[in-house]
Parts: sequence; structure tokens; C-alpha cells
Amino acid sequence: MDAISFWAFAAILVIASVLVVGQRNPMHSVFLLIVSFAALSGLYVLLGAPFAAMIQVIVYVGAIMVLFLFVVMLLNTPTEEAPAGGPIRRMFGAGPRHFGAVLSGVFAVELALALRAASTTLPGTDRGTPTPTVYDIGVRLFHEYGFAFEATSVLILVAMVGAIVLARREAR
Amino acid sequence: MSLLLIPLLPFVGFLVNATVGSRLSKSTSATVAVAAMGLSFGVAASVVWSLVHVAPVAGVRALDAVVYTWMQSGGLTIPVEFRVDPLASVMILIITGIGSLIHLYSTAYMHEETDGEYARYFSYLNLFAAFMLVLVLGASFPVMFVGWEGVGLCSYLLIGFWYTKSTAVEAGKKAFVVNRLGDFGFVLGMAAIFATFHTLDFQQVAGRVAQLPAETTVGILTGITLLLFLGATGKSAQLPLYVWLPDAMEGPTPVSALIHAATMVTAGVYMIGRNAVLFGHAPLTLDVVAVVGCLTALMAGTIGLVQNDIKRVLAYSTVSQLGYMFLAMGVGAFAGGIFHLYTHAFFKALLFLGSGAVIHALHGEQDLRRMGGLKRELPITYWTFLTGTLAIAGVPLLSGFFSKDEILGKTFASGHTVLWAVALVTAFLTATYMFRLLYLAFFGARRAGPEGAHGPDPHGHGPGAALRPHLHDAPPAMAIVLVVLAIGSVLAGYVGVPASLGGGNRFEHYLEPSFQAPTMTTIESVLTAAPPVTRSESAPPSESPETEMALMGASVAAALAGIGLASFIYLKRPTVADVLAERLSGLYRLLLGKYFVDEIYDALFVQPIKRVSTVFLWRGVDAGLIDGTVNSVGFAVRGSSAVLRRLQTGSVRAYAMSLFVGVVAIVGYFLWR
Amino acid sequence: MPEPTLNSYLLLSAVLFAIGTAGVFLRRNLITILLSIEVMLNAVNLTFVAVDRFRGSVDGQIIVFFVITVAAAEAAVGLAILIALFRHRESLNPDAFTSLKW
Repeated sequence: MDAISFWAFAAILVIASVLVVGQRNPMHSVFLLIVSFAALSGLYVLLGAPFAAMIQVIVYVGAIMVLFLFVVMLLNTPTEEAPAGGPIRRMFGAGPRHFGAVLSGVFAVELALALRAASTTLPGTDRGTPTPTVYDIGVRLFHEYGFAFEATSVLILVAMVGAIVLARREAR
Repeated sequence: MSLLLIPLLPFVGFLVNATVGSRLSKSTSATVAVAAMGLSFGVAASVVWSLVHVAPVAGVRALDAVVYTWMQSGGLTIPVEFRVDPLASVMILIITGIGSLIHLYSTAYMHEETDGEYARYFSYLNLFAAFMLVLVLGASFPVMFVGWEGVGLCSYLLIGFWYTKSTAVEAGKKAFVVNRLGDFGFVLGMAAIFATFHTLDFQQVAGRVAQLPAETTVGILTGITLLLFLGATGKSAQLPLYVWLPDAMEGPTPVSALIHAATMVTAGVYMIGRNAVLFGHAPLTLDVVAVVGCLTALMAGTIGLVQNDIKRVLAYSTVSQLGYMFLAMGVGAFAGGIFHLYTHAFFKALLFLGSGAVIHALHGEQDLRRMGGLKRELPITYWTFLTGTLAIAGVPLLSGFFSKDEILGKTFASGHTVLWAVALVTAFLTATYMFRLLYLAFFGARRAGPEGAHGPDPHGHGPGAALRPHLHDAPPAMAIVLVVLAIGSVLAGYVGVPASLGGGNRFEHYLEPSFQAPTMTTIESVLTAAPPVTRSESAPPSESPETEMALMGASVAAALAGIGLASFIYLKRPTVADVLAERLSGLYRLLLGKYFVDEIYDALFVQPIKRVSTVFLWRGVDAGLIDGTVNSVGFAVRGSSAVLRRLQTGSVRAYAMSLFVGVVAIVGYFLWR
Repeated sequence: MPEPTLNSYLLLSAVLFAIGTAGVFLRRNLITILLSIEVMLNAVNLTFVAVDRFRGSVDGQIIVFFVITVAAAEAAVGLAILIALFRHRESLNPDAFTSLKW
């Protein structure tokens, strides 16, 4: 059962992400990203991290993606123009874009190799371990990571102020 | 200790006038400067008084004062130490005494300058005195050298005092550069002394040298002394480095009197006297010194015979008399040389200051061909000038007679008959040109001078003014000094009356210990000691009284002959001079052109050096190599930046790309490890 | 169907990260670029949670918590900048902003 869930979620995640990157209309991209986040949450649950899953849905999807949506609608952006030239040129044209794509592929392979090599010694899924509860997380958060917590709240404050200042219409 | 005050007082005077001088009134500046010198003289006199009452220690009579240790490195320790012994005592009295008089004279002579310039003049003059005192009081070579260089500097500053005049500036530079050549010899000599004797203190060097035998061939001592003598020729204007002294007359006349007559130029003579033991052990060098001195005296005498500028005549006269002093040192008569230095200081300063009074009265006229008949209008100046002229000619009963005679006597007695004859001829010439000067300036009618003759100097009122009938004689400050110096010119010689005339020659005996090495006993130092091997540190043996009288007669005859010749030509038959000049026109031009030595030097040394400097060093090395290297660095940066700036594409994606490439590379690197 | 091991999660994460990176380079719309960055961040989150599971601690989830917070802040500021840029140039194409070119 777990295996099937994993592969299903994984498939959705990857396809949605590829489409996010590939879609022309930014509105479509945002929605597809929401779908991929949902799949990701599912994966978190499978990994026995319900807290992370809920945080993902509530904060990421509920707040951040909504913000993106607002901005997209505010700017009323046109769809991205099609690149010049025929399909061949579009695919294999020179320039940093395509070089970047190739490089990303290389990077993927690298990472895979790197992560793989490190993890051969770790055991597989262990169903015996009890799932950590919110209580556990809370205790650790406020004891070991108390300072980081407070720092993060300051960070959010700064970001808020910054965002307001930056996006403000200049007074005439 | 009070010894330190002697150079310190003038130095303080310098500081005051140099820093706040431009804001002081002239009388304040003058008072500061003259008082500094006067006080210094007072202290010097008291120091000499105590010196005279100090018992000699190991044959040396001296008072020491150490200020602090200047350098200490390896085996070399140089303290800043001053020492006064009989020789130095004579020098400090001359410097402070005659120096004070000249400072006083200057207060009137320089009165037409602005306040700032007036103060600057006195600051330099005081500084000069301070350095000169350091030179003579120094107990070791380095301290003396500080003074040596310092007086050279002040000489440059004072010669070029009227710096808006290009000839003055050139003269100052010439003096400094030529001096430098001599200093080169001095420094090398100093280094050689340290290498040989491992000490630079005069007494220690003398002591160590005394233990060596005198050199009969060219050895290390001869080398050292020749190098030191080179320094002396530069500072004291002997062959071959005398060329700066006539040009130095561009400076104010009191400067010529103080620096280029009485004190700085005597530094070379003093230096040899200070190192009498060392020089005594190098007879070959002494021969060189004597010959150079004698030749210089003769050569300068001949040039002085035809010069038309009143100060030039006196300048060449100074070179000539310095030659006499070196002749004396060269034949071993160290005390004689110093004696002549002392008497010469009086009458030469007098002559220069007198000429200054003449120039002042004529509002800047210096050409003899435009003078004449000043005897009636400038009586004080005339009578004092006459006294000085008689003294320098060696007329009996005046100071110059005693000192010059002693030199001639000792020269003959040491066997240098040829040098004696040349010196005698020079004495004749001295009398001749000095009386020529006197007659042309003071006697006869006023001449208008030839066309195109050199006009008056900065503080003149134009050529017409000089011919106005009413001239004012020297103002009080100047007159007093002239009179005092005249009295000195007469009386100064009486401390050195030789035995043959009934005197005890106390001067020579007083100075004797200064020329001995410190290890000799008290008894020996009092006697005129018999020389150990060949002619070393003692004076040459005295002749019999008859010979001395004969020699004296000869020198008096030479002097009178010179006076007679000059009187004949310039009083009775003035046209004879012009006829002679035409008949012997080649010789005349040669003498007038000072044997063209300056031109020769220019062609041989100055022009080639200039050419090398311009073409090779300036264009080649400096502009080409050094500038080229520096500029090429700039070009390289510019070139590379022109290429590298293309990285700034302004595209965010390109930047992100470069970041990413880096990440991939690093991860790849760690992967491969 | 093979059981998902840690390796599979990590591989999945790597692929996701690469997809995000590709998106940053390939897209010509600033908003989409920002979205690709979010994808990258999520890939990292996945790695943390996966490793967390196998180490039996909750530190990974806490880190995820912080990452999400920071991503929120960054998205807010980034979008504000984006709005300011859009007002300036009326375009969201990154190639339109080249005034820092030499």
C-alpha cells in the first residue's frame, strides 16, 4: 500500500513540477504548483511527518501561493511570448537558457550520485518508530531552537516592512 | 658646561630669527643676533681663560664636554663631544670675536632690506657661526664634519641671499657643488681613518698614529691625508677647487668678510692643524700641501693683479693668503700657519668691510674703474683700509709682517728654497695688487669708467647717482667695527714676535701642545721637540739669528718693492698700466680671464655630465624606463579591464548561470573525492 | 512495486531540484522564475523530512518549519520587488532589465 502511494504521489509531484516550469501562462503555473504541493504533503504524511504536511498546506499553499495569485492577477501579465524561429531552433538554440537546462540535467545526475552514495548505509523505512507528535516538535522547537524561532519572527517583521516599502506607489 | 654655550648661543639666535624673525622689527632681529654672538664671545673668553689656567695632562691641555652619545654601532661609538685646547681656543676667539664685529657691521650694511629679509640674513649668519663653532670644537671627525657640512650649507644660503639675482644663485650652487667634491675626499678619509685606527676621536687617532713610524713612501697614511687634504682644498679654496670663491662675492659683503675671509675658508687649515700628528707622519702629503699652497698663492696673486672688481681682487687675495697658510702647514710650521690665519682674519675682514663701506657709499658700485678720489670723502674708510692694506703687504710693525715673515722663515729653514723664492715673489705681488686697489679706489680723480661696465647692484639708485659729489662715509655701526679691526690688524701680531726680534713667540709655544700626540710628557711638550725620525710633528728647526734677519730683510724689501711699483704706476703714470696691458695683451687677457680655469672645468666636466644626465639618465632611464614601467602598469590595467568588463552583461540570468556553474563544479569536485 | 527506500526519496528530491533549476534558466517570466525557486525549496524540504524519518528525530521537521517561514518572507519581498520592477518597465522579462550592463 505504501509503495503504491509513494509512486503515485511521486509521479504527480514530478509531472506537476515539470509542467510548472513548462507552462506558458503564469496563472496555470501557480495552480500546478499548488497541485505539486499537495502531492508533497502526501509524501510527508507517508514519511510520518503530519506536522510538516499540515504546515505545508496551510502556510505554503494557503498563504504563499495565494500571494502569488494576487500578484499575478494584479500585474495582469500577458502570456510569455513565443521564442523566435522554428521548433528546432527553439529547442536547441544557443544561449544561456539551454546551457542552463543542460547543466541542470548534469546537476541532477550529480546530486543523485552524491545522495545515493551517502545513503547506502542507512536502513529502509522503519515502521516501528512512533510518529512524532506536535508536542514533541514543540518541545524541541522552543528549547533547542528558541533563538532561531525568535530570529525568524524578526525576519518576518523585516520582510513585511520591506515588502510594503518596495511595493508602494511613489508619492507624487 | 659653559663650553656648550659657545655654539648654542648663536644657534638660539638662529632659531629666533628664523621662526619669528619676519614679525620682529629690524632692531630686535639685529639685537638678538649681535647679542648671541657677543655673549658667545664672552663665554669663549672665559673658557679660554680657564683653559690657560688648566695644567696640561699628558702633554695636552684641554677641556672636554660630552653632550650625548650620537651613534653606537658595533665597534664604533661616536659621542657628541666638544673639546677646547689651545688651537681651538684661538679659533673660537676669532670666530666669536670677529664674528660679533661683523654682525654689528651688518646691522647697518643690510639696513635697506625688508624686515623679513633682514631677519633671514641674521638667522643664516648666526647659524653659520654655530656650525663653525661646532666644527672647531668637535672632538672627533664626525662632529667636525657636521660643522663642516653646516658651514658649507650656510655659505650656499648666504651667497645666494639675494636669490632674485640669477648670478647669485648660480654662485651659491657652484660653491656648494665644488665644496661637495672636496667633502667626498673628506668622508673617504674619515672612513679610512676608522678602518685603520678604529677610532674617530682626534686625540685617540693622534695617539695611535704617534706609535707608527713616519711614512717615506706612499702608504695608508699618505692616502688618508691626501683625501683629507682634498676636502681642505674644497673648503679652503685651493687648487684645484678654488673656483667657487671669486664667484662667492655675489653675496653681501659682510658675508664675504666673515665666511670667505676670516672663518669658513680657514677650516681646511684648521683641519690640518688639528691632525698635525697624522699629517706629520706623511711627509709626502705635506710636500703636496706645501707645493699646492705655494702654487695657489702665486696663481691667485697674478690674477688679482688685473681684476677690476674691488671684491674680486680681495677674493683672489684671500685665495693667495690661504695658499700661504697651507704652505706653512706643508713645511711643518703648523703654528705659523695658524698665526697667519689669525692675523689674516683681522686684516682681511677689515679690507672686505672697508670695501663694503665703499660700495655702500657708492650705492652699489663695485667696479674700480669707476672709483677714485674717495680719500677725501670717506676718511674713516680710507684710513682703516690703508691700515689693512699695509698689514697684508707685510709692512713691518703690523701684524701681517710677523705672520708672513714667520712662514717665509720656516719655509726657508726647512730647506724648501724654491718654494721660499716663489713665496717671496708672491709677497711682492700681494703688495703690488693691494696698493693698486688702494690707489684706484681712493686716490686721484673720479673716473667715469669704460662703457658697458657692470652697473650697480640691487640696492643702487641707478648709475648716475654714484657720481654725485656728496657721499656719506660709513655709519657708526660700520665705522666702529672698521676702527676696531684696524687696531687689531696692527696689534694682533705682537703675540707672535719671534725670538730673533726679542719676543718670546708666545703664540707658537701656546699652540705647541695642540700639535703633539697626547702621550708625550709635560716636559717634552714645552720644548720645541727634536723630531724623532724624519720631519714629523714638530716645527722645523730655527735658523741662526743672522739668517733670520736676512730673510726678514728680503721679505720687507719685496713688500716695499711692490708698494713702490704700484705707487709709480698708479700715482705717477697711470697710462703705463694701459700701455703694459696692450703690449702684453695675451698675458693680460689670460690673467683677466683667470687662466680660463672655469671654462676648462666647464668643458671638461660640467658639459659632459650635463649631456649624460640629459640624454641618458633623464630621457633614457627616467622617462623611458621608469615612467614606462609605471605607465605600462596603468595601460595593462586599462586593457584588461576593457576586456573584463564585458562580464557585466546586466542580465540576471547570466549571473545566476555563473553561480550555478560554480555550484555544479564544487559538488562535482566533492563527488570525485 | 518496490518498496520506497531512503534512496528513492533522495533521488526524487534531486530530480525536483534539477527541475527547479532548469526553470530558473529557461523561463522568460519573472513570476515563473520565482515559482521555480519555490520548487527548489520544496525539494530541499523533502530531503530534510526523509532523512528525519530514518534518523528518528524531529529536527528535520523543525528545519522545514523554518525553511517554509523564510520562503514566505522571501516570496513576499521578491514579489514586492517584482511589482516595483513591473511598474518601472512594464515587462516581466528578465532580459528587459539590463541597465547595469557595461
